[in-house]
Amino acid sequence: MADRERKGKYTTVSIPVTLYERIKKIIEGTGFTSVSQFVTYVLREVVASYEAEQAQEPFTEEERRQILEKLRRLGYL
Amino acid sequence: MVSRPHGGRLVNRVVRGKRREYLRREAGELPRIEVPLTRVIDVLDIAYGAFSPLEGFMVQEDYQSVLDLMRLSNDLPWTIPVVLDVSPEEIAGISEGDDIALYYKGEPLAIMRVEEVYGWDKEEYALKVYKTRDPAHPGVRRVMGMKELLVGGDIDLIGDYSDHLDSYVLWPAETRVLFREKGWKRIVAFQTRNVPHRGHEYVQKAALTFVDGLLVHPLIGWKKPGDYKDEVIMEAYKALIKHYFPKDVVVLAALRMNMNYAGPREAVHHAIVRKNFGATHFIVGRDHAGVGNYYGPYEAWEIFREFPDLGVTPLFIREAFYCKKCGGMATEKTCPHGPEHRIKISGTRIREMLRRGLVPPPEMMRPEVAEVVLRFPNPFVEG
Repeated sequence: MADRERKGKYTTVSIPVTLYERIKKIIEGTGFTSVSQFVTYVLREVVASYEAEQAQEPFTEEERRQILEKLRRLGYL
Repeated sequence: MVSRPHGGRLVNRVVRGKRREYLRREAGELPRIEVPLTRVIDVLDIAYGAFSPLEGFMVQEDYQSVLDLMRLSNDLPWTIPVVLDVSPEEIAGISEGDDIALYYKGEPLAIMRVEEVYGWDKEEYALKVYKTRDPAHPGVRRVMGMKELLVGGDIDLIGDYSDHLDSYVLWPAETRVLFREKGWKRIVAFQTRNVPHRGHEYVQKAALTFVDGLLVHPLIGWKKPGDYKDEVIMEAYKALIKHYFPKDVVVLAALRMNMNYAGPREAVHHAIVRKNFGATHFIVGRDHAGVGNYYGPYEAWEIFREFPDLGVTPLFIREAFYCKKCGGMATEKTCPHGPEHRIKISGTRIREMLRRGLVPPPEMMRPEVAEVVLRFPNPFVEG
């Protein structure tokens, strides 16, 4: 993972030094090779979960009605 | 709640009504590129949202990001490039910003806004996606046969593709409505390109015990010679579901999508696509999407650790065998008996038996399933 990650574009985010030290300790002996890698992993998980909550319904009522007709015709309903 | 589409919005690039008629007429005036069936299938997957959030074929930034980082340039997980290859002759005189028409067998299929034309390194593609440059690998062989340039840009579907498998195919908006009508909130999807044997049935039922419904989602599209034909897979599953699953817990629908045989990367790709169909869980098989000995048996499980933000839960269920002493299907985790009591479920062995017209033992394949397969004069894709 580390080799691939290094090829991406990066920016700097500040976190408290105390938190940095705690993370440094907990990633010892895990697959994470740096605090940045761990923070990226955790943030991606949190951001994905937030985005999932914000997502919109993918179809209108009319589209839904047409789809229901097709599903009935094909024997799914 | 079923899974949200990848990227938050289900893509719909299907043009309907008067605009479609207008664009079909306009297509005749545009530079024309004739595409093969494999690209037609990509166009359909984009237009109907199976490849959400992709709105078209990848531009270079996304292409390179997928190769290097297994993510789109906006950081969303994506592991297999979706590209349109063209020859310099086909693209001559076409500039970025131009519209072109994609045709299949002389009929307009889609309008594409050319955003970028770029060169690509096929060897780099092969090494990063397939982890090999071996031309014996079916995916590598296919990539090496592709044209020299790639064209990126959004597409609008203005045509149709139709064949004898149409009645099996559902698109993401349709499965989403279906799951809602059924009241399913947790759906596990099962990817396959095989007729079902007892091992498949075991993992499907194991997964089904803790979700509301199972989406059996055979992949129909380009496959390598020796694989089962699409219609054989569908009919075999119909028999299995009819005889061995409770009513109303399984949806069988076909997915039009090309098979890449890219092992671990493709396992993630399969999961993302099923998320777009509404699946909340995805069964990742042993050597998922693998071919030959190019990938380790559990590499496709390990790769999922790199994606905490996938939005679909992978289920890793161990390979099952029939244990004569247990009197049923089991796995290493559930059965204490030695190898002398076990019947290994080998897909290759089953294929060989079926090829010779033999019915595999019931511990390997349900007789109702074998009977359906053997009804076809040649159930396998020819070379």
